[in-house]
Amino acid sequence: MADQQVVLVTGSRKGIGRHLAETYAKRGFLVEGCSRGDAGWEGENYTHANLDVADEKAVKHWISGVAKRRGRIDVVINNAAIATMNHVLLTPAATANRMLEVNVTGTMLVCRDAAKVMMRRKYGRIINFTTIVAPIALAGEAIYAASKSAVVTLTRILAFELGQWGITCNSFGATPIMTDMIRGVPKDKVDAVVQWLAIKRLGTYEDCTNVCDFFISPASDNITGQVLYLGGIT
Amino acid sequence: MVERGTAVEIIYAALKEVLEQAALPPLASLTEDTVIVGKDAVLDSLGVVSLIVEVEQALEQKHDVSITLASDKAMSAKNSPFRTVGVLADHVLQTIAEGAA
Repeated sequence: MADQQVVLVTGSRKGIGRHLAETYAKRGFLVEGCSRGDAGWEGENYTHANLDVADEKAVKHWISGVAKRRGRIDVVINNAAIATMNHVLLTPAATANRMLEVNVTGTMLVCRDAAKVMMRRKYGRIINFTTIVAPIALAGEAIYAASKSAVVTLTRILAFELGQWGITCNSFGATPIMTDMIRGVPKDKVDAVVQWLAIKRLGTYEDCTNVCDFFISPASDNITGQVLYLGGIT
Repeated sequence: MVERGTAVEIIYAALKEVLEQAALPPLASLTEDTVIVGKDAVLDSLGVVSLIVEVEQALEQKHDVSITLASDKAMSAKNSPFRTVGVLADHVLQTIAEGAA
């Protein structure tokens, strides 16, 4: 078994997921990423899988393959998510269901199957991405925010269910970062969110790395069930 | 192909491992009638969770069989498919067969 820690990053094709996958691969972690399509990038220590995190069989197959090849999983960063900005009165059920399926069920499935591998070594670090639009109750993001509130609750309870095996579970909500996910949001809406913050700037990829570094540190073995928002949001 | 005897052996080994991890004494006797869930069970609820994961992982690592024992059907069954070693062994074989179908 390799000495290198194995990190799973979902939604690693672009944006924050790609940044984290590249960063940890460059630092010498063995990074296993996934997205619904080809990565479109390559890197030493990085392996990509094409899958939908809401597909139970695909997730199981992916994680069992990682466990066979690498013999361990140390860190999970559940970044994959979908968002559509819609007034609730104009939100079709299919859109809502798909968001819940990817953001909540998908996160749960990756946590579940990775935790089964982590249990054997009695060590694991799980980070589930949430959003500040839930605590600030941003109009137009009702279903997305609701799905991410569910992720926070899921994570808090997983912390208690998995703690006995040395697995920590935390949630992280970044401030808006100019990724594809929010590129379609009107600029005045993004500006309004930034003005709401204690630190009035957009988020950066480095902000995300900083928080992930803290959560995945072996020294953070007593940091679990927490949700950390950037920019002064609580 | 996992034979029934192999499934039973995997469950025995998993049960021993879970008891050891929980710092519980080994069982005086281990048979297909050993109760896993319900009255006179040898494990608590968290022990059952550990046992199921141990069995799944052993099947995957040693036999290249990837199954989920806690399916919707299993969790809602009137009679738990985890209640004894023998019943669980049958459930393992049935789940493998259903996956292969």
